[in-house]
Amino acid sequence: MEELSWPVIFAKMAWHLLPVWIALVVTFALSIRFKRRLGLYGKLFDSTVAMSGFALVMFWVFTAIFADIIITHDPLGQISGMKNALPGSPVKGAEGTWYLLGGDSLARDVFSRVVMGARRVLAIAPAATVIAFMVGITLGLPAGYFGGKLDTLLSFVANLVLAFPVILLFYLLVTPEIRVTGIPIILAAVLFLFPVIFICVLLNSRYFTNPPQRNLYVGVSLVIGLWAYSGLAFNLDPLGVWSMDPNLLNVFVSVVFVNAPTVFRIVRGIVMDLKSRDYVAAGQTRGEGPWYIMLWEILPNARGPLIVDFCLRIGYTTILLGTLGFFGLGVSPESPDWGSTIDDGRRLLAVFPHPAVVPALALMSLVLGLNLLADGLREESLRD
Amino acid sequence: MLLFTLRRLGVMLLTALALTFVVFFMTNLAPNLEKLAKSEASVRMSDEDVTLWLDRNGFTRPLLVRYGEWLGAVPGWTRTAEDGVITGRCIRNGLTAETAPRYCGVLQGDWGQSTVFKQPVTEILSRSLGATGWLMFWVMALMVPTSLILGVLSGMREGSRTDRVLSSFAIASTATPEYVSGVILIVLLGSATAGISPVLASWGWIEGKTLFQGTATSAMDKITFWNFALPVLTIALYGIGYIARMTRASMTEVMTQQYIRTARLKGVSFGQVIMRHALRNALIAPFTVIMLQFPWLLNGVVIVETLFNYKGFGWTLVQAAGNNDIQLLLGCSVVAVFVVLITQLISDIGYVFLNPRIRLS
Repeated sequence: MEELSWPVIFAKMAWHLLPVWIALVVTFALSIRFKRRLGLYGKLFDSTVAMSGFALVMFWVFTAIFADIIITHDPLGQISGMKNALPGSPVKGAEGTWYLLGGDSLARDVFSRVVMGARRVLAIAPAATVIAFMVGITLGLPAGYFGGKLDTLLSFVANLVLAFPVILLFYLLVTPEIRVTGIPIILAAVLFLFPVIFICVLLNSRYFTNPPQRNLYVGVSLVIGLWAYSGLAFNLDPLGVWSMDPNLLNVFVSVVFVNAPTVFRIVRGIVMDLKSRDYVAAGQTRGEGPWYIMLWEILPNARGPLIVDFCLRIGYTTILLGTLGFFGLGVSPESPDWGSTIDDGRRLLAVFPHPAVVPALALMSLVLGLNLLADGLREESLRD
Repeated sequence: MLLFTLRRLGVMLLTALALTFVVFFMTNLAPNLEKLAKSEASVRMSDEDVTLWLDRNGFTRPLLVRYGEWLGAVPGWTRTAEDGVITGRCIRNGLTAETAPRYCGVLQGDWGQSTVFKQPVTEILSRSLGATGWLMFWVMALMVPTSLILGVLSGMREGSRTDRVLSSFAIASTATPEYVSGVILIVLLGSATAGISPVLASWGWIEGKTLFQGTATSAMDKITFWNFALPVLTIALYGIGYIARMTRASMTEVMTQQYIRTARLKGVSFGQVIMRHALRNALIAPFTVIMLQFPWLLNGVVIVETLFNYKGFGWTLVQAAGNNDIQLLLGCSVVAVFVVLITQLISDIGYVFLNPRIRLS
């Protein structure tokens, strides 16, 4: 068989990505059709910048979802004779199959690895960002609202973490030895507690006037929350539903740890600005509790900047995960995630560029999409 | 102003102490010490031997005391063996028990000995910081003017075509971390088989095989445009987008102010308004951003020096961390922490100094 030319390679890749295109078209058609009823999400489709960003992000989201259908080879499988194969090389011994984007230094298919890598990146980055936001919000709201000693203490700790060079922190936190000492588990135990606290306080402050309803909601969220907490932080889930690979936990916890102080500072700043507004004073006069005011009066009004920062922060977390992979920290060498693939590929960069360039472009396009989305959201939310 | 600076200095010292203690704690965890004992003495040591070795070398005493010794605030340990030979923390490099100083820590300028490079940490750090200094100098020389010009150009007429183009470039550059742009730049400009170098070489436009060199190892001896352009460009690219966006935001804000309109209505030309009235106020915010960008650059420096194999500070940090070189890693962290804290201080003071509204109140 012959090697494929570039147009054919792109055509074949587009064909393999067919489920993604269908899903994208459906999403866009439905969203544009009903955009007036969809609130802030619908407004995205009024701006070209936001739409293109959203399309890029959703492209990778759908690629991650349909990764099992899209891949052409096993992302970990090595086929002899395909070491550093050029893009479009036919697979030896298998008629009618190609390494569409070539093979890497261990004779694995670059295309399938990048597609599978999307799944890994998109599983960790948004989840870590959500946890970081919950930690930042739970601590930032009282710090900004009450001020005083609590604020001074929390701000000092946040600045302490922020003054740490990120790379150094990663090198100290994400090493195999540190797992023996149990520090990641302690950090996870502290950080993963915040989402549970956040949700319980949120529901309690809303429904405490109606105890039966409050008991039901808080009870259910406590049971589910502590169940997940026991599994994720301590790997002690009695039913075995929630669990996390120790390596992954290590990476996850350090990424949350790096991100949370910045979120804290942003939330604190917004709350300090908003707490002098009239509606807060009105709430205080009505006799509303401080947590109700913080969570149900101030937080909804702070959502604009927070949503924008959330998008930016997912992109930033993706970059951090790539950095970790680039230094070979905390991931198994087999892992198809983009950072470690770039690291593998850079050794032979001058001779065989494709194993490093493909994941590099993938990472760049995802972060670019998130940045464009954040920019579009900012413009649209300023327009109100 | 003086009180403000003093208070900031106090907080800074406290932060530095806390941070170095955290690093000391993390690097002196039990598994790390065990690894150190095995690499220093013998790989096939039994657990008792490891404990004995650690005890003999003063690693079994309380953490706070060891931190104090490392800092130089607590006298170094001494130990008299059964045969009467006195060993101690400060007794080395040909010093005897009589001539050795009592305190030997960071404060006394004794940063310890690197186990990987077999040299004093201070020597390694000063050499690598010198190398990184040149890198930073050229990065700053490229990054600051470029980003300010880009930001001012796109912010002075918001929504114009120039603004759209430049903003897109800025967004794209902030979406490209150093390890991505470095890889792409090497392939595009520094590879003998891909990118534009083979084309240029076949046309005979360039002398060597590649337009730029893909590694910066030779830049340790002599910096040339050929071997240093790619690392500098890679670091600068990520920062340019961010600073340009901040400058643009601050410039657009200034351009909507009343006094700009007044100046325009008086008949001052657009160029004059920009140069005389707008720029001075628009550049206060970017100054803070540029100073706060230093910790970021540190990140970039580590990645780029690893990618381009340039033996500066970042490369040393990676080597120290990867090889469990505790003293060198501690030294690197002290430098890194101080760079971050000092830039924060300068940015705070500079902000107050540049902004008359805060300075006078």
